[in-house]
Amino acid sequence: MVEPFVAKSLTGWGRIAPRVCHVYRPEKPRLIENILRDLSQPHFIARGLGRSYGDTAVNEGGGVIDFARLNRMMRFDPATGVLECEAGVTLAEIIETFLPRGFFLPVTPGTKFVTVGGAIANDVHGKNHHRDGTFGQFVLDFGLYTPEGHLLLCSPEDNPDLFWATVGGIGLTGVILTARIRLQPVRSAYIVADYHKSRDLDDALATFEASDARYQYSVAWVDCLARGAMLGRCILMRGNHADPAQLPGSLAAKPFDVRPRRDKRVPVDCPAFLLNPLNVRVFNNLFYGMHRSVEGQIIDYDRYFYPLDQIHDWNRLYGRRGFVQYQATLPTESAKGLVALLERLSTERRGSFLGVLKRFGDAGPGLLSHPMKGYTLTLDIPNRTGLVPFLRELDRILLDHGGRLYLAKDAVAAPETVAVMYPDLDRFREIKGRVDPENRLSSSMARRLGIVGV
Amino acid sequence: MGRNPLDSANKTAVILGAASTVARSIAMEFARGGYALVLADCDHEETARIAADVALRFDVACHAVPFDATAYCTHRPFLEECRRILGVEPQGVVLCFGYMPEQREAQEDFAKAQRAIDTNLTGAISVLELFASAFEARRGGFIVGLSSVAGDRGRKANYIYGAAKAGLTCFLSGLRNRLHTAGVHVLTVKPGFMDTKMTYGMPLPGPLVASPGQAARAIVRALRKGKDEVYVRFFWRYIMLIIRNIPEWQFKKMNI
Ligand SMILES: Cc1cc2nc3c(=O)[nH]c(=O)nc-3n(C[C@H](O)[C@H](O)[C@H](O)COP(=O)(O)OP(=O)(O)OC[C@H]3O[C@@H](n4cnc5c(N)ncnc54)[C@H](O)[C@@H]3O)c2cc1C
Ligand SMILES: NC(=O)c1ccc[n+]([C@@H]2O[C@H](COP(=O)([O-])OP(=O)(O)OC[C@H]3O[C@@H](n4cnc5c(N)ncnc54)[C@H](OP(=O)(O)O)[C@@H]3O)[C@@H](O)[C@H]2O)c1
Repeated sequence: MVEPFVAKSLTGWGRIAPRVCHVYRPEKPRLIENILRDLSQPHFIARGLGRSYGDTAVNEGGGVIDFARLNRMMRFDPATGVLECEAGVTLAEIIETFLPRGFFLPVTPGTKFVTVGGAIANDVHGKNHHRDGTFGQFVLDFGLYTPEGHLLLCSPEDNPDLFWATVGGIGLTGVILTARIRLQPVRSAYIVADYHKSRDLDDALATFEASDARYQYSVAWVDCLARGAMLGRCILMRGNHADPAQLPGSLAAKPFDVRPRRDKRVPVDCPAFLLNPLNVRVFNNLFYGMHRSVEGQIIDYDRYFYPLDQIHDWNRLYGRRGFVQYQATLPTESAKGLVALLERLSTERRGSFLGVLKRFGDAGPGLLSHPMKGYTLTLDIPNRTGLVPFLRELDRILLDHGGRLYLAKDAVAAPETVAVMYPDLDRFREIKGRVDPENRLSSSMARRLGIVGV
Repeated sequence: MGRNPLDSANKTAVILGAASTVARSIAMEFARGGYALVLADCDHEETARIAADVALRFDVACHAVPFDATAYCTHRPFLEECRRILGVEPQGVVLCFGYMPEQREAQEDFAKAQRAIDTNLTGAISVLELFASAFEARRGGFIVGLSSVAGDRGRKANYIYGAAKAGLTCFLSGLRNRLHTAGVHVLTVKPGFMDTKMTYGMPLPGPLVASPGQAARAIVRALRKGKDEVYVRFFWRYIMLIIRNIPEWQFKKMNI
């Protein structure tokens, strides 16, 4: 049977570089086998909700397997918190179903509009990385369709090589069909948050070091345009899941009830001038000025974890040419590299709303997983003339400090850069070569970065 | 328009062709309202997955039962099985199964044309007559049938499937007429285009296409309001009004 596809122009969330792909949307898992065997496509890549910023889930001239309709939850055990579901289930669906029953995601990125498959394939991290590690560390096992048509159960015990190559393996080792993940029990839908305004970068880093152990979640918003003595001034936002006893009376009675928010939509692409450096600077000053150091704020999970989800299609704010998100991680010992990065950013004035700064805990076993012990800085950079040379400069700073880029965000890096940043890449290639000798799984990113030969 | 057929203490329903894309969304709408469900389809493995999902998400009883619309002699035991599983006579039935052959293939290969009639029309008559008699005897319940705008007028692009759906529309209208006095509600659904596995890959005019969720909500809303017939999306009523009123001498020359 030949499965139907639609030729569509796809991008990542940053909306740069649209590429025509042949999109399949199977509704039954066994159809994936038919799709992978269809030799009229040169190669395939799986796609979740396309929330990666660059080209990991784009496959120019080849097949894309859209998981939108493979989103069934099969089993849940309230005694252990283990959920078995198909890879297309979204984190939003998991929250909607299980938060009222007292369970939350073990790890969540800054948007709930990602799939379980995407969360595994990028081994995503959240504000609790310093304590809990990455998403992949809460995956008990998954069913993986190898390109040769075998359905393999992979876990840290069974096929461990393939498991840790697939966790963070940007879809190149197989198509994840189902997974079992462990949710964490929580006692309310709220977070108790402490805010701390730091004077400068040193203050921020010192505060992270001193207080991270007391908080399950911690992150800071950095004013990327502040200079001189104020370079790297931040607002640290740290929190823990609230116990019903910590909630005010009205909420304590119904600790899992959250007032639904009115979501907004960006209806059209915004003109680029809205994001000029002056506007951004004014915004950042306002933001920094607005927040005070306060403790014990009660805030619902949605506003705490997903402030951007409130505005659907917010990526259109960056106009038609789109943007890139730059996420750079530096090992603790060379955290000073952050100063070089921030200085470069504030002098170049390429604008960005706020930057996000987070302290990572230890690296996990995923071969291409991004996090490593140190600090990670994330910011948006609009696509304007001269973008690539500028990013190459940032990459240089990063390399000089032993840092690395995050593939979920990358859209333009050079192959040699990434090869240095991910020392396990050769080992990854070797495992991929074993399960996929014909390179039936490939993506625009994999070819751009030379992970898969062309 | 009439009273709300969902206004009953018996919150149970059977969904036929439950592995259909819209059927899954319809099942979710019912489950959200606390219904216990039987999901039935010839693809049992798939139906079992959908049933597990619906049960888990909405914390309701949801069972998968094998069902083949064209295995007519199995329909009576199937109804028995539904009663046994639900523990009551189901309050309603929603017929979603359907088979749409490629028009050209159906013209050239009678087996495909026959399957279209056997599934969409004969299968529907066979199974719905059983539910109808049971509901009539009980004096209450609801029957929802997914027909199609393709049954409103035969076009060269799709007239074999269209003929089967025209038959289904006619059957449902007769059933409504017969069951009215027994207080059994019959809703005919006429979708235009829906974004389902039936149509994936076809070049459809985007703005006219309903998502499965949109379609399911429109169907349940129409049922709650006691409507007899609903187009999905609503504007198809007007599109079909125009299409039905084009004189035949003109229509036969057209390419639509
Ligand atoms: C607002 C926002 C905030 C974010 N915050 C964070 C954050 O805090 N931390 C973080 O780590 N990330 C963050 N991200 C990035 C995002 O979490 C990841 O890119 C995530 O992987 C996206 O999931 P997706 O379902 O959209 O997958 P896609 O972007 O569609 O795909 C991502 C990768 O997963 C692969 N894939 C998808 N499904 C499967 C499958 N079934 N089998 C095999 N491979 C598959 C694809 O091939 C691709 O390589 C953020 C993104 C946004 C837009
Ligand atoms: N999509 C549209 O644009 C559109 C427009 C107008 C009307 N409709 C009608 O809407 C209904 C729902 O369709 P859909 O769009 O959701 O398409 P769909 O997903 O293809 O659903 C049709 C379902 O019917 C099942 N089926 C086919 N033959 C069967 C049989 N003999 N016994 C039991 N089940 C059988 C199919 O099973 P398999 O999974 O095994 O194939 C499939 O799950 C159909 O009646 C269709 O004709 C659809």
